[in-house]
Amino acid sequence: MSMTFVEKILAKYAGEKNVVPNQIVTVHPDHLLTHDNTAAIIQKIKPELKEYGVCDKSLSIIVLDHVIPAASEKTATNHKVIREFVRTHNIGNFFDVGAGVCHQIVVEKGLALPGKLLLGSDSHTCSYGAVGAFSSGIDRTEAASLMLTGETWLKVPNSIKMTLSGKLKLGVSAKDVVLHIIGDISASGANYCSVEFHGDVGQFSIEERFTVANMGVEMGAKNAVFLVDDVTKKYLGSIGISGSSYDPIYPDGDASYMQELEYDLSGIVPMVACPHTVDNVKPASEMDGLEIQQCLIGTCTNGRFSDLKIAADILKGKKISPNVRLLVLPASKKIYQDALRAGVIETLVESGGVVLPPGCGPCLGAHQGVLAPGERCLSTANRNFKGRMGCKEAEIFLASPATVAVSAIHGKITDPREVIKK
Amino acid sequence: MKVWKYGDNINTDMLFPGKYTYTCSTAEEIKPHLLEDLDSSFSKQVKVGDIIFAGKNFGCGSSREQPVIGLKAVGIKAVVAESFARIFYRASINQGLLLIECPEAVKAYSKGDNIELDVDNGKIIVSGKMFSFPKLPEEILAIRDAGGLLAYTRSKLKKK
Repeated sequence: MSMTFVEKILAKYAGEKNVVPNQIVTVHPDHLLTHDNTAAIIQKIKPELKEYGVCDKSLSIIVLDHVIPAASEKTATNHKVIREFVRTHNIGNFFDVGAGVCHQIVVEKGLALPGKLLLGSDSHTCSYGAVGAFSSGIDRTEAASLMLTGETWLKVPNSIKMTLSGKLKLGVSAKDVVLHIIGDISASGANYCSVEFHGDVGQFSIEERFTVANMGVEMGAKNAVFLVDDVTKKYLGSIGISGSSYDPIYPDGDASYMQELEYDLSGIVPMVACPHTVDNVKPASEMDGLEIQQCLIGTCTNGRFSDLKIAADILKGKKISPNVRLLVLPASKKIYQDALRAGVIETLVESGGVVLPPGCGPCLGAHQGVLAPGERCLSTANRNFKGRMGCKEAEIFLASPATVAVSAIHGKITDPREVIKK
Repeated sequence: MKVWKYGDNINTDMLFPGKYTYTCSTAEEIKPHLLEDLDSSFSKQVKVGDIIFAGKNFGCGSSREQPVIGLKAVGIKAVVAESFARIFYRASINQGLLLIECPEAVKAYSKGDNIELDVDNGKIIVSGKMFSFPKLPEEILAIRDAGGLLAYTRSKLKKK
């Protein structure tokens, strides 16, 4: 029987020869990701943890990233409780304040590998499809249950095949591609589905695939995956993972898809997601001239070295508008250090940027750059919901690092192709 | 019984603002902030037995179970929507909050319509018109019938 990527991997983890969409299977994930919410999760199962302990100390990956360094006594106490839990239960994969955003850490540390299954109590857990893993978000209660039992149920989703063909034009990035797709199919266009990317995807680095897979949940997808190729193998080799330590899964050539979509990459232009939904997407050129007060380059969507480098190349020798604050968030300590060595951070700071510690920063509106009523922020993050950055009377626009960097210079939304010309 | 009617893409930030996610986790802490940025009258006026009607993709966005815990705690009998986002859907199963995916019922509803629910038989009656919704699979009903996922997990651990 022919199967898609998700059917194959769920069949493997369910111990079945084959599975079909809508079938319920029981799986034991390789890893469970939790972050600052670990404190609330373990609070739910205090007596059980005391009686039974965790089912497998290698299951959990815990990263402190959402409100770091702690912004209040309450969040500091959460972190303290988590550190005590990690010590008591001997959790090896623990990454404390300053390590980076959880999703970046999972990939960078080689914890998400091709053919593996990961779940996490964060919606952007779908990011690890960038390296050919199945990964999906769950809630806190389910994470608590997984800590105790190591198993849960999954419904086999339908699959959508997206074929990306052609070559991106100068000044257009993977972020523009995913915003274009979400604008096309809507914020619920892939609800409950597994999205596979096919076609000319060899032109996308792992960093770019990460950006696309990360936003799978913004189209409603259960998971979003790039199939393993030479780019994946080369990346994994660069972080010390040999080919013998993973087993890629590929869909059958004649697998059946609920929907097949094709996108011509050469026709995609820089895009901006306008308030207050991610599918409210318009070409950046149409938004040209709209004044902004804050710019953000970073987060799990676009806080990698190549993102910071693109911004630095644009901002080199220039100053940002005096009417704008530019916040820069490297997605991990490693990225921060690489950017320091390459002079990228110096350029960004010289141009007027403020560097925040590697973490989620103001993306979820808890601290470090929340907005005031009436303000507009142009951000490389993945969500522009009303109130997302801490103020319901502010507006958030989403775009690529190039669009944000060029716009920071002008203090207005600007199509980056005005600057990026060869 | 009041019906609260909302549109498409009601996201987790509208249901429960992200700025409270690391400071509020109990039902009592959550309740005053429910739907704060969507409908400031909700938390003050909601009563046990009320129903929410909404459009497509209800609960999209973050993995955030506080709105589910909160809606359950204030006594929302069911959320009826054209479709739900999947993490919110799972969270509702895990907390025992009843979600009904029934686009026809949502489209049929107008303000003031009388609503009747027959959960066991998968029927919802909107102003005299009956609509069916699929039952949850057996494996999932077992979680709901146990009183939510943690109760289900506890009983499983005890049996081991």
